[in-house]
Amino acid sequence: MPPDAPLLDVAALSVSFHAESGVARVLDEVSLSLRPGEIMGLVGESGCGKTTLARAVLGVLPPNAAIDRGRIVFAGEDLLALSPSEAASRIRGRAITFIPQDPYGSFSPLFTVGDQLAELMRWKSPERQPGEGGYSRARRQRDRERAVAMLRAVQLPDPERLIAKYPHELSGGQRQRVMIAMALLPEPKLVIADEPTTALDVTIQAQILKLLRGLIAAHGASVLFTTHDLGAAWEICDRVTVMYAGQEAETAAVATFFTRPAHPYGRMLLDSLPTQGSALRGIPGEVPNPFAPPSGCRFHPRCPRAAADCVAIHPAARAPAIGHSVRCHHPYLDARAEPAR
Amino acid sequence: MSGAPLLELIGLAHAFPIRNAFGVRTGWHKALDGVSLHVGEGEILGVVGESGCGKSTLGKIIAGILPPSAGSVRFEGNEIADLPPRAGAALRSRLQYCYQDPGASLDPRWKIGRALEEPLVVHTKLSRAERRRRVDAALEAVGLPQAHLDLYPHEISGGQQRRVGLARVLMLRPSLIILDEPTSGLDVSVQATVLNLFATLSKAHTLAYMFISHDLSVVRLFSHRIAVMYLGRVAEIGDTTQIFADPKHPYTQSLLAAVPQIGGPRVTDHFKLEGEPPHPDALPPGCRFAPRCPRADARCRSEDPQGRTLADGREVACHHV
Repeated sequence: MPPDAPLLDVAALSVSFHAESGVARVLDEVSLSLRPGEIMGLVGESGCGKTTLARAVLGVLPPNAAIDRGRIVFAGEDLLALSPSEAASRIRGRAITFIPQDPYGSFSPLFTVGDQLAELMRWKSPERQPGEGGYSRARRQRDRERAVAMLRAVQLPDPERLIAKYPHELSGGQRQRVMIAMALLPEPKLVIADEPTTALDVTIQAQILKLLRGLIAAHGASVLFTTHDLGAAWEICDRVTVMYAGQEAETAAVATFFTRPAHPYGRMLLDSLPTQGSALRGIPGEVPNPFAPPSGCRFHPRCPRAAADCVAIHPAARAPAIGHSVRCHHPYLDARAEPAR
Repeated sequence: MSGAPLLELIGLAHAFPIRNAFGVRTGWHKALDGVSLHVGEGEILGVVGESGCGKSTLGKIIAGILPPSAGSVRFEGNEIADLPPRAGAALRSRLQYCYQDPGASLDPRWKIGRALEEPLVVHTKLSRAERRRRVDAALEAVGLPQAHLDLYPHEISGGQQRRVGLARVLMLRPSLIILDEPTSGLDVSVQATVLNLFATLSKAHTLAYMFISHDLSVVRLFSHRIAVMYLGRVAEIGDTTQIFADPKHPYTQSLLAAVPQIGGPRVTDHFKLEGEPPHPDALPPGCRFAPRCPRADARCRSEDPQGRTLADGREVACHHV
């Protein structure tokens, strides 16, 4: 793998869900690439496909989903070509880990935090060799020390006592801290964080985002951070990809997107944010039905700049500036008169 | 504000009993502890705070869904706390409670028209024609076509269901609506539309809102005054512009500092507040915020601060203001 190669490269990925009522094309030729050490935001409203994309990378799509075309290359390896057992042993939980939105639903209520950390380390410890069946006492001891040190690193008070507790005895913020510790313990190259702060209060969100940013920098991992919260994306991401109804709208550095969004959807999304001193503008219309999406650019029924070509052809990516990519026939290429807020 | 306020709360408290496995009470969970505030006619009061601060309990007590364990609720000059249900219902018909998703509370087997008419049948003696006129007016107020009267809830979209739910809340021409987290779970593009609708309705019908939310940027845009709550108490209450420009209570300051400012400095670079709120079953003595407060001293840890009115009219419960 050459040094400047992306860590994760998703190319023209299409995923459909098969249901009784028909076939929903939930991802439509989405491309995305993540550099080593980068925090990339995957931003969009409900139903835009951000969680499906995250699950496709992790290899945990539901059984009724099918990958129609496209590639997912991680660290030079085609993930879609791996056997399920190889993906499970080498990639998932090891090289790519996951932070869920709802930490409570992801713990077993029947075991203590310490038991669940031990179970994780037994199978996913960075020390474990592929195919290693047993769990030596020496490795168990080192793994335990590693886990306690990590709990300290996520700023949980008194980790020795905490590991004897059950998940319900922790607060939401503490559970999310344990989840972050569990995601980092295998020393992954990529962490997929699916709305990790959505369920948290704003002061706890600020604490967790601050912690996550510091830890990611210290561990040198990359993060794919899905969120519908533009404020959280502004706080933590280096770059963002904005998605709409299964299509990629725009990819840019955070500072570029928030000051010079080129896609009409990106611009209208920023205008919907509650801002002091200006009228609140929503986006007229509704998100399309995934079973019968509009042709061409899926945003065209709600777009003020839509023309005949938008209805006919899904626009290819174009680059208004280096590192800024937008899939729109009629993007805004001027600088915004004023910043989004 | 002129004359008596529309809604006045004095020393409102609510405690849930904590019971052990045998049903024996072992303590009290103080969800609300001595809250006093008022809402004027046509005024929008934002109530903000984090989970467990008691903001939803407050809304439910005012609406009569929960009984207060102490204190008084005066609405349009009448005491409505602790009334027998029937008497309370009559006084409360001009005070409506709007759940997070008002559309979800529609009966799936009732057509929209019937659902909208029901409150009038229950609470008023209007004739059929008059009821029909009111239904039409409410539907128009929320921006839906007359044709929707003959549809079932599943035949319209989620956003339209929400509008119907809101029209239903408006049927009895309330003077105050309690909006409990009306925008949580909504995408920002839809949230903007819903908020604009609330604002239009408030102006058109001189409607007052108690707007309960955890989202500070929405509350800021929408409310005339704001009450910031922490663990069952009002920490600070005052004009929106005052509170955002110059928060006095250390908790308000931390809360505002935690909100991401797009285009501004990153909160995660300078956010300082440590720790989490204590459990409401085991409140610290003295000021409830003292364990996390950067300015706490010995007095804060022993003496519970009472709300004091400052020169600019706002009320703050802190020893150091």
